[in-house]
Amino acid sequence: MAPIEPFKIKVFTFVILCAVFLSYTFWLYSEVPAKSKPANTLAEKGKMIWQQKNCSACHQLYGLGGHLGPDLTNVYSRRPEIYIRAILQAGTPVMPDFHLSSKEKDALVAFFKYTNTTGTADPKSFTQHLDGTISQP
Amino acid sequence: MEQYPNHKINYSVAFIKMALLFLLSALSFGLLAALQYIIPGFGRDTFSFEKLRPLHVSSAVFWIILGAMGSVISFFRQHKRRKLKNQFWIKVQFYIFTLSFGGALVSYCFGIFSGREYWEFHPLLAIPIAIGWIVFIVNFLSNLGTLKNQPVYIWMWFTGILFFLFTYVESNLWLIPAINDNLVKDMTIQWKSYGSMVGSWNLLIYGSSIFLMDAISGSKKYSYSNLVFALYFLSLFNLMFNWGHHIYTLPTSLYIKDIGYLVSMTELFLFGRIIYLWRSSVTTAQKYFHIRPYRFLLAADVWVFLTLGLAVCMSIPALNIYMHGTHVIVAHTMGATIGINSFLLIAFACYILGKKKNGNFFKSKWIDIGFWVINISLVFFWISLIVAGFIKSHWMFHQPDVPFGVMMMSLKPWFISFYISGCGLFIGFCMIIFPLLFNHLLRDENNSFFKRKENHNLKEMVLD
Repeated sequence: MAPIEPFKIKVFTFVILCAVFLSYTFWLYSEVPAKSKPANTLAEKGKMIWQQKNCSACHQLYGLGGHLGPDLTNVYSRRPEIYIRAILQAGTPVMPDFHLSSKEKDALVAFFKYTNTTGTADPKSFTQHLDGTISQP
Repeated sequence: MEQYPNHKINYSVAFIKMALLFLLSALSFGLLAALQYIIPGFGRDTFSFEKLRPLHVSSAVFWIILGAMGSVISFFRQHKRRKLKNQFWIKVQFYIFTLSFGGALVSYCFGIFSGREYWEFHPLLAIPIAIGWIVFIVNFLSNLGTLKNQPVYIWMWFTGILFFLFTYVESNLWLIPAINDNLVKDMTIQWKSYGSMVGSWNLLIYGSSIFLMDAISGSKKYSYSNLVFALYFLSLFNLMFNWGHHIYTLPTSLYIKDIGYLVSMTELFLFGRIIYLWRSSVTTAQKYFHIRPYRFLLAADVWVFLTLGLAVCMSIPALNIYMHGTHVIVAHTMGATIGINSFLLIAFACYILGKKKNGNFFKSKWIDIGFWVINISLVFFWISLIVAGFIKSHWMFHQPDVPFGVMMMSLKPWFISFYISGCGLFIGFCMIIFPLLFNHLLRDENNSFFKRKENHNLKEMVLD
């Protein structure tokens, strides 16, 4: 039997990798991650304001985002709602006043309420295993 | 450099020059943004951080993309020693990207955002960029011909270009309500696309560096070897499946994280190979160190070792939780963007812009000093961020009652060190960028600046 040409081996490897990658990708698109739930309409509006004001330049959700401000995934359970509203109202010495309308503030608070229900971002609450993996509460 | 009479502008050079301008922009906005870490509230009401960060990050991404495009086009223009096909479409590609990227930066100044990492501009701007990328694919394929008997860097460019488009489209899937309304799903897909996208542009840049190393050494043995193809497929495998390590702390499905963890550990082969080849790398370094582009390739090798070492640690979930969300991640990103991507692209820019017609390189003390200024600054920059990251990590685990602002104040000495070394990086890069831009202006006979200067000198002679 004649040996397989190196070019054919390369093409075969490439095609197999691409096929597995695409199958995995489209499986992920159709799958809903465990434990997660969709946002309500107001929280969805809040998410859009979060994006339009580019809040992730300074703040994080699940440790992903900027480093100038704190992670806000669970801010709703850590701080009273009135405190969150006060910061949204006037900013801080570091954070600008975004001149948000009361509807926008309501939407952002609803968004923080929603992010808080999706899980915890506190690394202290994770359990580490000997094989190097972690599990979340 | 060969000049072709049928077109006035060499677009491979134009891409690299434009890329260098975006690098300058990334450095300038980076310095301004970093100032907000040491003077909290600086520019709060005028040029606040939510504007400066995207200006810095996007400029850096645009530098990488345009630089990589320039090196691919340079290969076809010079190495193949033939006229480029689709001259008109290469010009179209250049203007689409320059205008879209420029437009994105202007839109940030007006506070118009999509609020997504890397691509923080309005989604409407994503359309011309995607069209421009399709034009790039067509230009690449029409000049390539076939993949048969091609060196590894052609395969790397080919896959990098295809996967970039795929992941770029994927990064805009948040526009579909079914994905956008579920935060965990949205973030999973977002970081899937970003992880693979970074892998795609790394393939473009690493491909260019292998091409450059072939040109320096005058041997094509390496780029056709079975080993280098095996490493290429390993990188492709990682590009496709290792992105789960970005989202260990996200409450997404467990198998995503396990796959990311297992695949990331295959990077240990790359890490081990660097250590195994250390001695022969030193010998090669001694042989070629006098060649300027090679120096940057060598420095990038050192940073690959450091960055990969950090990446392997970060890919272990039990260690990742101590570094995730801290400045250690920034150190990793900066180390990779400056120490690897930028060094490899600067090596290529030196190769294209810093060469005389006889093939020798221009002598430039500034570039040689700049090389050392950047490397020394980068070491301090990197260490400052890592230390700041560990202090933040200690705060996250052991000082839950200390307010965030107090913790940030305790990091101030490290932010000052980060800022000073950032100034060093800015100065070092300027020492390289300007000689590269002006060397080329002065020696390009088709260039209007050269002609203007020549005409001006002639006029002065007549008046005298």
